[in-house]
Amino acid sequence: MKELQELHLPENLGYTEDHEWAQLTGDTIRVGVSDYAQDQLGDIVFVELPAVGDSFNRGDEFGTLESVKAVSELYLPVSGQVVAVNQELEDAPELLNEDPYSNWILEIKPAAAEEYDQLLTAAAYLELLQG
Amino acid sequence: MNHSIATSGLILDEPLLWEKGKKGRRGMSIPSSDVPAAALDPNLLGEAVDFPDLSEIDVVRHYTRLSQWNFGVDTGMYPLGSCTMKYNPKTNEQQAANPAIAAAHPMLADEQSQGVLRLLFELQQLLALITGLDAVSLQPAAGAHGELTGMLIFNAYHDSRGSKRTKILIPDTAHGTNPASAALCGYRSIPVKSDEHGMLRAESVAALMDEETAGIMLTNPNTLGLFEQEVREIAAIVHAKGGLVYGDGANMNAALGIMDAKRCGVDVLHLNLHKTFSTPHGGGGPGAGPVCVTSELEPFLPVPRVIHDGECFRLEEEQPLSVGRVHAFHGNFGVLVRAYSYILSMGRELKRASQLAVLNANYIKERLKGDFHLPYDQPCMHECVFSDKLQQEYKVSTLDMAKRLIDCGFHPPTIYFPLVVHGALMIEPTETECKEEIDQFIAALKHIAQEAREQPELLRAAPQRTKVRRLDEVQAARCPCLIGAVAQPGE
Repeated sequence: MKELQELHLPENLGYTEDHEWAQLTGDTIRVGVSDYAQDQLGDIVFVELPAVGDSFNRGDEFGTLESVKAVSELYLPVSGQVVAVNQELEDAPELLNEDPYSNWILEIKPAAAEEYDQLLTAAAYLELLQG
Repeated sequence: MNHSIATSGLILDEPLLWEKGKKGRRGMSIPSSDVPAAALDPNLLGEAVDFPDLSEIDVVRHYTRLSQWNFGVDTGMYPLGSCTMKYNPKTNEQQAANPAIAAAHPMLADEQSQGVLRLLFELQQLLALITGLDAVSLQPAAGAHGELTGMLIFNAYHDSRGSKRTKILIPDTAHGTNPASAALCGYRSIPVKSDEHGMLRAESVAALMDEETAGIMLTNPNTLGLFEQEVREIAAIVHAKGGLVYGDGANMNAALGIMDAKRCGVDVLHLNLHKTFSTPHGGGGPGAGPVCVTSELEPFLPVPRVIHDGECFRLEEEQPLSVGRVHAFHGNFGVLVRAYSYILSMGRELKRASQLAVLNANYIKERLKGDFHLPYDQPCMHECVFSDKLQQEYKVSTLDMAKRLIDCGFHPPTIYFPLVVHGALMIEPTETECKEEIDQFIAALKHIAQEAREQPELLRAAPQRTKVRRLDEVQAARCPCLIGAVAQPGE
């Protein structure tokens, strides 16, 4: 497993305490899991995704990641409606281990844009990991 | 380590049965036909089933070789946390195999099944006595089935009072199956966090308990092997809001004859006969998860139940408030016979079994806490939970250490559970093991901790002495092969 200083935490993303990231691109937000999350979970063997059109509130469980060790819930960083899911992950869940940032999980149309600004910065997230 | 019990021996390889045999081989001689042959209606004919032709010795060797690859509690120490892999005394098997018991047809009239019904009746009474609760159903076939039955009882109880409840509280130190059992019954599970000592606090429950919540599912001792000391306060809070308390009795091996579930405020409790009461399990073998309830909830128990009408034992089917049937006939009857045999053999010594199980776990905890990180350093019950924190700097994980234990001749403990402990290593020795065996196990783990510092690559490559080495669990999960390859003619 990686040491904290080995983690890759891009500056241009917002993070949650539950180890998801979010990135605002135009008027949609992409969501994925952090390098820390994929590293802690170990080899991911299954990704359960919601359906396009589903709506969730901030903090709602929207899917699960299954690794050899455990099943973990995914929580939505900002409220909104799902406009796209990354279908590639259904057949190739290992993509999340290979690069958890280029391999996003879903894209949402945010219901409350200000929630995005309340996410943790990379520095604040790293501080949280350091405990 | 002075002397390892593990050596290597000759293990024979064995193909699938499909890949064995030759056309025309057989395991028995069928008498030649003494009636004229008649053609079958062609409409009834289909493709022949592709069974291999095998001789008796082919089959005997096949299963004997497979059995030699196995590791069970009859082979060695099996400290699989949360599973109570205690020894299964052979007398239980003898009783269960007795034709007077094993061959009794479940559809016989009550008058002709008095022995069987009496056994069931007495087992109900014994389990009530052991838990402190009032009434018992022996029907559920496993722990999670008992949980589901318990949730159905919660639901039936609230329904009978015209109360609609949608949520259930589940602590983060409860058994992993609890949320699933509640969800199957339509409840939304609300997680409750334990405190920094791994304990559930009454105030956390009070903050979440309301009149839309059906109750709480408590595992006590919890999955950290700790006794929930605020259980009575928690039960009082739940009861005050009209809720019920479910006790997951999977960890009951710590508390036989010591904890009175009713006085703890538990309304429904399931027992795992296959854990606590020494019936064989593992590999998905049959279990039994009887459900014990307070007298207030007795009308909701599944049917049929054995009652004594003053003259004889009867199966009672009519019970208007019952949740109905959860299993055919008497439940997993053979398992019930084994548990009954165990309880009668042990008698008052059951309490001592729990005391020794707790002593063994605490002994291991104290002896190993310098070698492995102990996240909750306090007296434990029947199991103790370590983590791989001290080994992280050598890049050695819990999985590596568990695999290395196999090389030392021990079944690994439960790993990566409970989830509240990162990289958990959960050890439950049970009362089965003597001190010498436990010392050997401790020596093996101490040796592994030393190897982690000095030769970590050994651990990452473990196991080395087994028939197969480290399995590719990732590949197995991503691309499982669920059917054997059938040999083609001429291959």
